[in-house]
Amino acid sequence: MTDALLDATALTLRAGRRVLAHDLSLQVRAGDLWCVLGPNGSGKTTLLHTLAGVRTPDAGAVRLRGHDLARTAPEQLARWRGLLTQSVHDSFSARALEVVLLGRHPYHDRWSFDDDADDRRIAHEALAAVDAATLAARDVTTLSGGERQRVAIAALLAQQVPLMLLDEPTAHLDLHHQVGVLEHLRALVHGGGRAAVVALHDLNLAARFASHALLLGGDAPIAGRIDEVMTDDTLSAVFRHPLHRLRTGARWTYVVD
Amino acid sequence: MTRAIRIWLVLAALATAALALALAVGSHAIAPPELLRALLRPDGGVDAQIVHELRLPRALAAFGTGGLLALAGALMQVLLRNPLADPYVMGASGGAAVGALAAMLFGLGAAFTQGAAFAGALASTALVFALARREFAGAALTDPGLGAPRLLLAGVMLAALWTALVTLLLTLSPEARIRGMLFWLAGDVSAGSGGAAALGVLVLLVVLAWPLGRSLNVMLRGPVIALSLGVRVLALRRALFVLASLATAVAMTSSGAVGFVGLVVPHALRLAIGNDQRVLLPACALGGGTLLLLADTAARTLVAPQQLPVGLLTALLGVPTFLALLLGRTR
Repeated sequence: MTDALLDATALTLRAGRRVLAHDLSLQVRAGDLWCVLGPNGSGKTTLLHTLAGVRTPDAGAVRLRGHDLARTAPEQLARWRGLLTQSVHDSFSARALEVVLLGRHPYHDRWSFDDDADDRRIAHEALAAVDAATLAARDVTTLSGGERQRVAIAALLAQQVPLMLLDEPTAHLDLHHQVGVLEHLRALVHGGGRAAVVALHDLNLAARFASHALLLGGDAPIAGRIDEVMTDDTLSAVFRHPLHRLRTGARWTYVVD
Repeated sequence: MTRAIRIWLVLAALATAALALALAVGSHAIAPPELLRALLRPDGGVDAQIVHELRLPRALAAFGTGGLLALAGALMQVLLRNPLADPYVMGASGGAAVGALAAMLFGLGAAFTQGAAFAGALASTALVFALARREFAGAALTDPGLGAPRLLLAGVMLAALWTALVTLLLTLSPEARIRGMLFWLAGDVSAGSGGAAALGVLVLLVVLAWPLGRSLNVMLRGPVIALSLGVRVLALRRALFVLASLATAVAMTSSGAVGFVGLVVPHALRLAIGNDQRVLLPACALGGGTLLLLADTAARTLVAPQQLPVGLLTALLGVPTFLALLLGRTR
């Protein structure tokens, strides 16, 4: 037995015939903030979808709180893990607050009609947490890419799940909001009982906020603590470009050669 | 919930007013007091006969058809996540037209024509389902290359095939039958049969679709997000497909290929009352019924004693609305 929140064992991930990852094992414990790093097409999104259980692994198994994802009811999973997907295309008008309130869907049955006061409070707090309180009444089809992204993150926060899976949450965000969102995630994870797995492209943001890293796109996936995994050699090999790690004060900074 | 009930009551009041109008006007106008008496205490007089044997069945057929088409349109728009979808995107109108026209070509009666239309609509829909069955299987959900676009394309392609067959049938038909065929193709409730059935199916489908509303709201955000929020997306897609196809087939059986109600009504209502499917679906049933009832009343009175096919009027109304939506979206 393991005390891990999420336990992925011997996963194989494929895209068509291409093998993205083979024999990938990963244990995420409460308090962990994992970043998933890798070049385009290395399988970051496929991995997050697999860990969320919206896609079945091509081999191996994922257990969440000790339950096999494939054998757990979707309604139950929705209260244990949430997923932020890459850019959502909105065809229909909806107010941002309504979109965030959809994050409360797992806590209602089909006959429940009105959102209760708790839901509204949670949704407003989630919007405020990503600096989007003023967007609540706006139509999502009129929002900018970064505003839309923050509303989507707020919907995930409103879901209030122990395991948060985020696919490039910093995409479209300005620097201020990139840091703000990651700071909020880290605070939630440090608050206890929760963990996050975040696909990122910015190595410096990853090194600053994550506790662990998973590198995809190399010969084999590499998983471990940030300072062990994000070295000159591993990163240079995975991204196929020379990278250097420099000590700046108490932190590492990554510089492209 | 109180807001939803208020909206439904307003629409129901409008529907009642439209029904009263439809029963009162025509070549033989009936004043409100006489109308009420004819409805509640039919005495076998002229008024009562006209109301019960001519206008009421036709009004019910128009209302049932309009409601079914608007409901089917709203469901298809959620299924395909495309605001421009209508009840006929799966090729149901073409399939029904081929069935109905073939029955007419062989001079079969109205009952056969209706049966053939129903069978044609369902056959076309089943064919689309078979062609695009992968859209209803697991891999479709997270694969961006699959999903709604292929379903839509399969429907559009099949519709093109049906159009060719309809043209072939029209070419082969004797002159005398062509007028009836053209009326059928334009959408026409003058046959006025099957009204009670259409209305009954409408009520049944609204009752079946309503409990799905909460999940449908989540589905609008896309299949992956819906899955992550605990919605059983594949089962929901199949249910939507079956409900919308059944609504379309029954509507076409009753009144032929009435256009644009299924596109325009959900949009107009969405603008007015928002996009919560739990409010919208019953509102579509009421609003679509009212619109087609009014259009049919106009169709039989505007150039009386000539009758226009009701589909003509809904298209005259629908095309400008569609264009306004389309141009508004790309602005």
